[in-house]
Amino acid sequence: MGAYQVFNRTTGERFSCDEGQSVLKAMEVKGRKCVPVGCRGGGCGFCMIKVVSGSFECGKMSKRHCPPEAVENGEVLACRVYPTRDLVIECPSVAESTTA
Amino acid sequence: MIKGVMRPGHVQIRVLDIDEAVKHYVELVGLIETDRDEQGRVYLKAWTEVDKFSVVLREADEPGCDFMGFKVLNEDVLNQLEKDLIEFGLDVEHVPAEELKDCGRRIRFTVASGHAFELYADKKYTGKWGVSDVNPEAWPRGLKGMKTVRFDHCLFYGPNLAEVYDVFVNVLGFTLAEQVVDPEGTRIAQFLTASMKEHDLAFIHSDKPGQFHHASFFLETWEDVLRAADLISMTDTSLDIGPTRHGLTHGKTIYFFDPSGNRCEVFCGGDYTYPDHKPITWKAEDLGKAIFYHDRVLNERFLTVLT
Repeated sequence: MGAYQVFNRTTGERFSCDEGQSVLKAMEVKGRKCVPVGCRGGGCGFCMIKVVSGSFECGKMSKRHCPPEAVENGEVLACRVYPTRDLVIECPSVAESTTA
Repeated sequence: MIKGVMRPGHVQIRVLDIDEAVKHYVELVGLIETDRDEQGRVYLKAWTEVDKFSVVLREADEPGCDFMGFKVLNEDVLNQLEKDLIEFGLDVEHVPAEELKDCGRRIRFTVASGHAFELYADKKYTGKWGVSDVNPEAWPRGLKGMKTVRFDHCLFYGPNLAEVYDVFVNVLGFTLAEQVVDPEGTRIAQFLTASMKEHDLAFIHSDKPGQFHHASFFLETWEDVLRAADLISMTDTSLDIGPTRHGLTHGKTIYFFDPSGNRCEVFCGGDYTYPDHKPITWKAEDLGKAIFYHDRVLNERFLTVLT
């Protein structure tokens, strides 16, 4: 069991995330696909999520995709999000692709 | 080299964290740090390159490519090509000598795909790293990681490929080695060269201007590509796809990302071309095979994940 639980309320999936592990990495190693995987380096914006509740620390992300006001609003890149409490997230791009 | 453009000379890449980036390009890719400047930029080269640097890393808020530069034969060529670019209708910016350390004056222009390019004639000649010009040994000891041989080419995504073609082919004397053409006859990818290499520069159509797909580095053998793949796993580096073969150029390749999300390629092999060769054409309907010759299907990430 990982240290924190991440619940993706867009898809209803739940997975655990270790201390110091990014949300995207935790999802990938468990074989889940509920957030799109891009560069894994905070650069491309592919794994954009919205953190609805919980707390986390953030690594460096491209300002083009994550300007300060977006980060303030919980709109961050899953590859650069390190939970410090359980998280509830939404994944707007997955919602778009399933309704398209 | 019909009009005197010799080869890719440098690429300046933006990174989110300079220390992480240097570690990636030096310890993993195997480039050699040759200098730093007062702006904090880091200068790197691969071991077979004779000039002082080919990759410049600049820390910034967003990753991507600032510009790619080509070295031309001499100052006369530089002056002539500047006139030709202006006559074509492009704005040409003068970047003074030493703006990049030990590099002569550069002329910079932005093409219709939204990408900035440079031409220059002079850069400090430091010779191949770790081997002599006289009775050189086969390779130097002390190379790191993938031990890449040279900075080879870049691929950019953007619009207006026909106008970009005009600049590189008709003004700068590149030739079209390979292309992807859609059923309406529109070129959606163009692989351009100023040499015998199958590409010194490539573009793929995208509506959004100025996007950077990858910088590529040359390796000698398929075994080296496999070893690069091993190193990517050993270092838990973000893998894109490979090892595999491209249909386009037939190069054997692997793609991965630097810590800021800029895509890197190392590859070996690939076809050659001369100016009298007709372009190789791939049909857009077969784009999967054109890009990934073995899988024959596209991986969405390869087409859409860009910096």
